[in-house]
Amino acid sequence: MTGKKGKWKNVDFWLYVMVLPAFILVLIYNYIPLFGWAIAFQRYNPALGMFGSPFVGLDNFRMLFANPMFVQVIYNTVYIATAKIILMFFTPLIIAILLNEILRDWYKRTLQTAIYLPHFISWVILGGMFINILHPGDGIVNQILGWFNIGPIFFLGDASVFPHVIIWTDVWRSFGMGTIIYMAAISSIDPGLYEAASLDGAKRFRRMWHITIPGLVPIMVLQAILALGNVLNAGFDQILNMYSAAVYSTGDILDTFIFRRGLVGGQFAMATAAGIFRSGVSLVLISTSYFFAYKFAKYRIF
Amino acid sequence: MKNIKRKIKKSPGEKAFEAFNYTLLTILALSCLLPFIHIFALSLSSATAAMQGRVGLWPVDFTFFAYNFAFTETGLINSIWISIQRVALGVPISMGLVILAAFPLSKTDKELPGRTIISWFFVITMVVGAGLIPFFLVVSATGLRNTIWALVIPSAVGVFNITILLNVFRQIPRDYEESALVEGASQFRILWQIYVPLCKATLAALVLFTTVGHWNEWFHGMIFMDMRADQPMQTYLRGNLIMPDFTLLSPEQFILMMQFNTRTFGAAQIMIGTIPILLVYPFLQRYFIKGMALGGLKG
Repeated sequence: MTGKKGKWKNVDFWLYVMVLPAFILVLIYNYIPLFGWAIAFQRYNPALGMFGSPFVGLDNFRMLFANPMFVQVIYNTVYIATAKIILMFFTPLIIAILLNEILRDWYKRTLQTAIYLPHFISWVILGGMFINILHPGDGIVNQILGWFNIGPIFFLGDASVFPHVIIWTDVWRSFGMGTIIYMAAISSIDPGLYEAASLDGAKRFRRMWHITIPGLVPIMVLQAILALGNVLNAGFDQILNMYSAAVYSTGDILDTFIFRRGLVGGQFAMATAAGIFRSGVSLVLISTSYFFAYKFAKYRIF
Repeated sequence: MKNIKRKIKKSPGEKAFEAFNYTLLTILALSCLLPFIHIFALSLSSATAAMQGRVGLWPVDFTFFAYNFAFTETGLINSIWISIQRVALGVPISMGLVILAAFPLSKTDKELPGRTIISWFFVITMVVGAGLIPFFLVVSATGLRNTIWALVIPSAVGVFNITILLNVFRQIPRDYEESALVEGASQFRILWQIYVPLCKATLAALVLFTTVGHWNEWFHGMIFMDMRADQPMQTYLRGNLIMPDFTLLSPEQFILMMQFNTRTFGAAQIMIGTIPILLVYPFLQRYFIKGMALGGLKG
């Protein structure tokens, strides 16, 4: 290390070597694709490639937004994602507070084991499962509804029902996982507060209201702010495994639209344009949410 | 604290709340389990029982027929093998990259000039992505399509995992490292012999994150692998469960298939996809939750 000067004097260059492999892979697979955005401004022809295809300016974007289907897709995306955000904010919060009131420890752990499980199963498997149990002919759900003379309901084939199925099955899959963060926050509340409150004669509801909930406010604020970044994440994995042509009108979202038109349909230019629109809006949303999270909750990524 | 709680008599309101609370949470917990139990029962029931809707939570006319049939597809067994290969390659590569990148980034800007810029270089990828089509074209251009590397390399660098790990690395007292430096240890040795052993719990959580991620991933398996014979299990099962294509069945299989209800067959495949996760679930629960809490509460 001798002979080097100033700020480089004590720098170990092996540290740069350590980051290098990850750096190169991110460069190739996350940054170089950004150049692919050029396709969105071309009449892209795979045979001619990115450098040979003719430039058409904003034509692809104009075509996209002139397509009523695409406007519907944006609406579907925001509708499903917003409903999920709201439900996934309140459900885990309420369940965590209720779980905390289960005083038999073994029973609490049993409940937790059950509600975390669906999160670990992929949407391929869960999609297969819901197709099976929600089947209008012989699915168990419609069988049970039949006892009460309801239905059969075409849960996955009726466009007016489909978004609700998507929203609730996703909440079903993730609410358990969502409680973890609140449970961790509750367990970091000073037990002395509860003790003092008990000695002062505070009953359970008052303890919940005056200690548990205020203790959760910082993490609630953070979760609410970070959720803002998800307004365009309606759940690609889930919908691609549960939708069908019958429910495109209400169930097709930006990601499935891009996948279907682009990779399946071969309309690379238009799908890339839709992707740029999605990335642009997400960038603004996520940056804003990180900014507020940093400002109000001192949240830092690194 | 428990003693105090016991001493205080429960008011009727509290009793009512407790009854409500136990009931509600029990119903929710059951809602998470019953669908799996029903599918499990279906997978072990006879085709006629399934067709007549007689299967609830217990197998009717118990039979392994659906499982036997599922495994007559050599494709399924092959796809399980591909998933195992994928995990065996993907997890060590991904973990190696994450550990190697998180260590330097946990240093100060003085020890590693440019650290902040490099960190942003990684973090920005969590905020803005190029999108599906350009990503697909680059993976194709790098010649990975239809090789197992397409499932391993392009998504190998888990930026979120890097941020979790570097925050944990930072909590390690610097004294350890300084005394090792005095003795002339290299940065690699410090990482391997001091940092890694001290962060075993976090690393275990990250290994599980990555393993489950690879095991459950199906989308890259679908878009990068054109042949069913190259697809990992989840992608392969998707082909059967979500969009079945009967033209792919051999004539013998087709005749067999006609003899029974496809629902029991589907149920068996759902269970084949679920059981491996159930087997590791105790570990998952323990470490995953630790990791989740870490990722969410830091800062």
